[in-house]
Amino acid sequence: MRVHFAVYARGLRRHSTYRAATVAGVLTNSVFGAINAMVLLAVFAARPRINGYDATDAVTQVFVGQMLITVTMIISIAPSLDLAERIRTGEIASDLLRPVSLQGWWLAQDLGRATFGLVFRGLPTFLVGVVLFDVVIPDGVGRSLVFLASVFLAALIGFALRYLYSLCGFWMLDSRGVWAINGLVGPVIAGMLLPLALFPPTIGDMLRLLPWACMVQIPAEILLGKDDLPGGGALGGLALQGLWAAVLLGAGTYLTSVATRRAVIQGG
Amino acid sequence: MTSNAIIRTDPGEPIIEVVDLGRDFVLSEGPFLRRTRRTVTAVRDLTFTVRPGEIVGCLGPNGAGKSSTMKMLTGILTPTSGRARVAGMEPARQRTRLAREIGVVFGQRTTLWWDLPLRDSLALTRHLYRVPGRAHAERLAELTELLELGPFLDTPVRQLSLGQRMRGDITAALLHAPRLLVLDEPTIGLDVVSKSTIRDFLLRTNSERGTTILITTHDLGDVERLCERVMVIDHGRLVFDGALPRLRAAVPTPRMLVVDLASASGEIEVTGARTVRVEGPRQWLELRDNPARVIAEVTREHEVVDLTLREPDIEAVVSSLYRGADPVEEAGSR
Repeated sequence: MRVHFAVYARGLRRHSTYRAATVAGVLTNSVFGAINAMVLLAVFAARPRINGYDATDAVTQVFVGQMLITVTMIISIAPSLDLAERIRTGEIASDLLRPVSLQGWWLAQDLGRATFGLVFRGLPTFLVGVVLFDVVIPDGVGRSLVFLASVFLAALIGFALRYLYSLCGFWMLDSRGVWAINGLVGPVIAGMLLPLALFPPTIGDMLRLLPWACMVQIPAEILLGKDDLPGGGALGGLALQGLWAAVLLGAGTYLTSVATRRAVIQGG
Repeated sequence: MTSNAIIRTDPGEPIIEVVDLGRDFVLSEGPFLRRTRRTVTAVRDLTFTVRPGEIVGCLGPNGAGKSSTMKMLTGILTPTSGRARVAGMEPARQRTRLAREIGVVFGQRTTLWWDLPLRDSLALTRHLYRVPGRAHAERLAELTELLELGPFLDTPVRQLSLGQRMRGDITAALLHAPRLLVLDEPTIGLDVVSKSTIRDFLLRTNSERGTTILITTHDLGDVERLCERVMVIDHGRLVFDGALPRLRAAVPTPRMLVVDLASASGEIEVTGARTVRVEGPRQWLELRDNPARVIAEVTREHEVVDLTLREPDIEAVVSSLYRGADPVEEAGSR
């Protein structure tokens, strides 16, 4: 456990060395969020209520999505976990020679990265949204804590999915194709590009049950206090996220052991 | 150190025990729709033991199966046949436990954190291997001094030179005082000074701590300076296993006399030597007789500016072993 905390701290510090990139990231996320928000405002100006969402809900979700980009890395069209590149080049050999589980090591490091991303990139971006638009902020400590728990679970799911994408490299030699599909499809089915409420209800309800929605749509609905979540209310949302986190991390553990037993480390 | 070193026969349990170890790879070849599968044997019927405290050099051409063997010994590659025991454990099945007992350096890879100061990566090993704080601090101080890490401990790894990074990697592999150190081409791409620092350090670690060292290399200086025992692997088989002088004796290669004459002339003709190469005023003579006599004769007959006597280098010895080995064999084609 102490080693994981030490790895977490290094993951956090590693990213703090890239200050200019962080500032540029806040700017990019804010501008993109603003454009996305204005498009949605135009849509809601034509039709003020769509499947239970109004303009404020939609704009809030846009900025929740922008805030969670660096937490979940949901828009990655290229490997956003160094593990993928290390499997491709064979550097993974060094990782496997550490006396700790591979997934635990990368999870600790990625949560470090996610924490840095949330505090120094996500929250500033969200604040820009609050200043420029009519955005809902959590009312009270209770809802803030529930939202924070949801963000944490979103980070776990974001990691677990990217860990699985990376592992594909053991069988496919190169996981970049998988990442490209993620970058294309992920943001759409997560409710990041458009709130899932704007989809036809049957499709939207189906997508909300998938892990990708657990990274944007569900946290946004928890923040907004929507009570038609799967399972009803915020606790149902958290339960869905927790379930996916457990399933995906479990799959990661299993596939790691299969990969390291059967697959071949590349490079001499 | 090298000429008449004998293999230490420590009565303890072998630290590495390998019996009939083999590994096949299945390769897919050809264009997309007409892909064929072919099984290639990278390592076959490897049997050897290494006793605690030995320094063993593992030589062989690229693709001979050295790396595959190292991977199987460290547990990151599962053998297809045979078995291996390292530090009393089965590497592939007990990889993470074994990792506590051994230190591994792959010369072309790094375990250090690219973006952080070297010190951070080294501090992490304390938690990774659960080394008590004081022991860790003492060991770090010792390694810092021996490998001269002081000037760059606080430099981010991405700014280190290759030699500095390698010294950092070796430190990271040794901070938990492993019983076995596995080095895969540790001096690749390094300058003479860095190589020499690392070699001296390895010798010292071996003699003072009794650390067993298994090293693969193409650098024959590494072998001559470090290894009492040499294993030559070719086409996945062990073609030689024994002391370095025995390797030389197994494949006799003559000494070479390089003569620089005052001016270019025809081939030197002396008894007991044969001129094998002429380049302007410089000539190479393969000795078959007492060098002193040949030198005396050459200097008497010719105006000599300079003379060098070259020992057969291990490279020549090993390459003549490679040439004697069987051609590539495949386990079967489908």
